[in-house]
Amino acid sequence: MTIAQKKIGPTLLKVDNISLSFGGVKALTDISFEIREHEILAIIGPNGAGKSSMLNCINGFYHPQQGTITFRGEARKQMRPHEAASHGIARTFQNIALFKGMSTLDNIMTGRLLKMKAGLLSSAIYKGPAEREQIQHREYCEKIIDFLEIQAIRKVPVGRLPYGLQKRVELARALAAEPTLLLLDEPMAGMNLEEKQDMCRFILDVNDEFGTTICLIEHDMGVVMDISDRVVVLDYGRKIGDGAPEDVKNNQAVIDAYLGVQH
Amino acid sequence: MSETSVMPDGRDPLGRDTIPKFIAYNAQHRRDRPAMREKDLGIWQSWTWGEAANKVRQLACGLAALGFKRGDKLAIVGDNRPELYWSVAASQALGGVPVPIYQDSVADEVQYVIDHAEVRFALAENQEQVDKLISIKDRLPKLEMIIFSDPRGMRHYDQPYLHALEKVLAEGEAYGQAHPGFYDEEMARGKGSDISLICYTSGTTGRPKGVMLSHDNVVRSATLAINFDKINETDEILAYLPIAWVGDNFISYAEAAIAGFCVNCPESADTVLQDLREVGPTYFFAPPRIFENLLTTVMIRMEDASAIKRGMFHYFIGVAKRVGCAILERKPVSLTDRLLYALGDLLVYGPLKNVLGMSRLRLAYTAGEAIGPDIFDFFRALGINLKQLYGQTECTVYLCMHTDTDVNPDTVGPPAPGVELKIDPTSGEVLYRSPGVFVGYYKNDEATAETKTPEGWVHTGDAGVFTDNGHLRIIDRAKDVGRLNDGSLLAPKYLENKLKFFPYIKEAVAFGDKRDYAAAFINIDLAAVGSWAERNGIAYTSYSDLAGRLEVYNLIKGCIEKVNRDLSSDSSMAASQIRRFLILHKELDADDGELTRTRKVRRRIIADRYGELIEALYSDRDSIAVEAKITFEDGRTGTFKANLKVANAETYAAMSKAG
Repeated sequence: MTIAQKKIGPTLLKVDNISLSFGGVKALTDISFEIREHEILAIIGPNGAGKSSMLNCINGFYHPQQGTITFRGEARKQMRPHEAASHGIARTFQNIALFKGMSTLDNIMTGRLLKMKAGLLSSAIYKGPAEREQIQHREYCEKIIDFLEIQAIRKVPVGRLPYGLQKRVELARALAAEPTLLLLDEPMAGMNLEEKQDMCRFILDVNDEFGTTICLIEHDMGVVMDISDRVVVLDYGRKIGDGAPEDVKNNQAVIDAYLGVQH
Repeated sequence: MSETSVMPDGRDPLGRDTIPKFIAYNAQHRRDRPAMREKDLGIWQSWTWGEAANKVRQLACGLAALGFKRGDKLAIVGDNRPELYWSVAASQALGGVPVPIYQDSVADEVQYVIDHAEVRFALAENQEQVDKLISIKDRLPKLEMIIFSDPRGMRHYDQPYLHALEKVLAEGEAYGQAHPGFYDEEMARGKGSDISLICYTSGTTGRPKGVMLSHDNVVRSATLAINFDKINETDEILAYLPIAWVGDNFISYAEAAIAGFCVNCPESADTVLQDLREVGPTYFFAPPRIFENLLTTVMIRMEDASAIKRGMFHYFIGVAKRVGCAILERKPVSLTDRLLYALGDLLVYGPLKNVLGMSRLRLAYTAGEAIGPDIFDFFRALGINLKQLYGQTECTVYLCMHTDTDVNPDTVGPPAPGVELKIDPTSGEVLYRSPGVFVGYYKNDEATAETKTPEGWVHTGDAGVFTDNGHLRIIDRAKDVGRLNDGSLLAPKYLENKLKFFPYIKEAVAFGDKRDYAAAFINIDLAAVGSWAERNGIAYTSYSDLAGRLEVYNLIKGCIEKVNRDLSSDSSMAASQIRRFLILHKELDADDGELTRTRKVRRRIIADRYGELIEALYSDRDSIAVEAKITFEDGRTGTFKANLKVANAETYAAMSKAG
C-alpha cells in the first residue's frame, strides 16, 4: 500500500534543561528534547524513569525548578493545567480519570468546557444562544464518537464500561478539546492484544485525520516501534536516548538500561 | 397495494417488472414519504422516495460515466447503508447485476466471488473493505474500479482505480445533465426476464454457488408476499441483516420499493438493539438466533432483578404462556384470564416489548433454522405476531409461511400463494415449483441440472413431512437424517434444537448415524454460563477454562437429562436420547469454517476436524487430549492444547405419550 509520507513540521514544543525534584528526590535531571508538529513521539524508559513526571511538567501539573518549556514559540516557566489546556494541550491519564457516574457522552462534553462561552445567566435561560452553542458542541462530540466507534455506549455510565472502552472514552474526551498537542500516559496499559490493535489504529488515525501532534508514554515496545516517528528514552530521570525507533533500539545505553546493567 | 389489485401469479398490473421502475413510480406517487433513514452523528437522517430516486439516478449516471455497461456486475460489500441499497438499484437500472458479498468474509472468500462472477466494478463501504479488495486486486485482472463510500482514512490512498462515492455522485449529476433522458431510457430497457441479482449461497459444503435471480423472480415473489401479509407503505423495518443474504435484499430492497415502506439503517453493527428500540419497526425479520439471544438476555437480566420484579415477571410470563398464544390467535379464553393478561400487559409485557423495540411490531418472521418451540411461544405469548417462514435462496426466499391465525411452532406453515410443493416418497425430500424459482447457478450448469428437474421442480435438500392440517414440517437436511444401529430414526438437528433452547447452550452438534447411541458436542454460552458461574462463586480465567469446569459439566448434564426425559415421552424419538457428551474448548466459528456465514453448523467439516473427539464419545474414555488449529481475525493461525472431559448423561425408559 502506498501511503504518502506525512509531513512533519517545525518544532511545536521544546523542553530545555528541565530539572525537577521532590525534596531530595531528583525526578528529572537536565532534560532537553523537542516535539515537532504532526509527529508521534514516544517517551519510554524503565519504571520510575520519570516519564509521567515529564508529561506532568509539559501540561503544567508540576513546575520544574529549572529549565524552560517553549510551546508554539512561547517560553514559560510556570503554567497551570487549565492554562495548558486552553493553549491546546490535552492529556489522558495512566489511571483513568473519568467521571464514573456520568455517561460517555457527558464525559466527552466536559472536554468541550473550555470552548463554551455561554455565561451563567444565558445557560440558565438555555433557550437561544446557550442552546445553539450546546448543539454545536454536541455535534463535535458526535463526530468524535463516530470516529472512535463508540456509538453503542453513548448513553452508558462510564463506570459500567470495560477497561479498554474507558480508555477510549478518555481519549475521546481529550480529543473533544481540539488539542494541538495530545499527551497520552500509557494508553494501552492493561489491554489485550485486540484492544491494543484498536487503540494503535485510533492513535494513528487521530494523528492523520486531525493532524494532532501526539506524545505518548508506552511500555509495549512492539507498539512503540510500530507507531512512533521518534523515541525519547529516560532512565533515572536522565535522557539516555533520542531518535528514530531503529536507532534507539540499537543504542547501547538504552539496551543497558532495559537489561539492568549496574551504574 | 391499495391502488391496484394483485394478479394471482404476482405480475404487476401496471407492468412494472423491475425494482428501479417501482422506485421511479414511488418518486412520483410517494415523493414525500420516507424511503430510508440512517442514524448519523446520533440523529436519524431521512431520505424521501423523491430524494432516494434522485440518488439512484445520480449513482447510475456516475457508474455509466465510469464505463459501467449493460450486463456488468457490481460487487457490493459493506454494512447496511442507504448508498449500498441505492447502488443495487443503480446497477439494475443500467441493466447490470449487483453481486452483494458478506462484509465479514475474509479476503480469500471475496476473491473467489469477484473472480467467479467476473466483476468489473466494486463498491466498498469503508477503508476496511477497500483494504481487503486492494490486497487481492493483483489476482483479479477483471476488477477495474473500486468505489468507496466512507472517506475516513482514505486520504492517502492514491491508487488510480479508487473512486470516492461522493465524486461519482457529482459526476453522475453532470453526466445526467449532459445526457438527458439517458437514465429513463436505460431503465425502460430492463425487462422482467433479465438477471437482477446474483447471490452467492454460503453453502454447507464446497465453494459457494452464485444463484441467479431474475427481476420476475424477485418482483413477483415480493408482490405475492406483500399481498399475503398486507404490508403497506406505513410499515417500518430495520435493515440489519447482511445485504449479501437474499432475504435482506428481498425485504429491505424489493419489498420496500414495491410496498413503498421505510427502511432504517442502524448506526453501527453494535447499536442494532438500541436502534431497534428507537425505530420500533412494524415488520421484523430475524433468524432464530436473534430471538434466542434476546430471550437469553432478558432471562439473564431478570435473574439479576430484585425479588419483587422477578416474582412479578415469572408470574405474568406464566399467565402469558398459558393464554397468550390463544389470545393472539383469537381463540376463546375465559374472562378471568383475559383480565389477568391485560394486567400483565400493563405491568410486564408492554414494558418488556418496549425495551426490545417490539411495541409496534405487527409482523415478525423467523427463518433459516428451526426455532425452539419454547422460544417461539415465548414471543407469541407476549402478543407478538411471530411466524415461521421456510425457503431458500433458490426459490427467492420463501416457500411456506404461517397465516396469522394458524401458527404452529413445530411447522413452517402451509405452502405460500403461488407455490407448489411435493415430497419425494423415497428420500423424504421436499421439492417445489414457484414464481420465484431461480434461473440457474452462475457458470455452473451441472449444479443447476442437479437441483432443477426438466419439469421445473427444484430439490430443497431438506427432509419434510406434511401434517394433517396441511402444514409442512421440516425435520432436518435430507442428507443428515440418519439411523442408529437399531434402526431407529435420528434427526441431529432435532436434538440440537432441543439442546439449544437452554440459555447455557449456545451451539450443539449431535451424532449417532450408524452408531449405537446418540451423543453430542456442546458449546456453552459465555454470557449465560459466565453469569451463572459468578452467582455460584466459580472462578474462571477464559472460555476454555470455564468450559472445562466440572461444575459446568454438571450444569450441562442437567440440561441434557431434561432433553432426554422429554425425548423419552415421544416414541419415535425415545431411542435418540443423548448418552454421552463433551463441552468443546472453543466456540464454533465461521472464520474457522465450522459454521456458515449464516451460522449454520457445517457437519462434515466438524466431523473431519474433531474426528478423535467423536471417537471418544463412542469409547469408554473419560477424557481426551486435543490440539486445535485456530484462525485469528487477522488471518494468522495458532494451536491450542487442552484435555477435554467426556461425560455420561442419564437416559430414561421410553414412555407412551399418555403416560
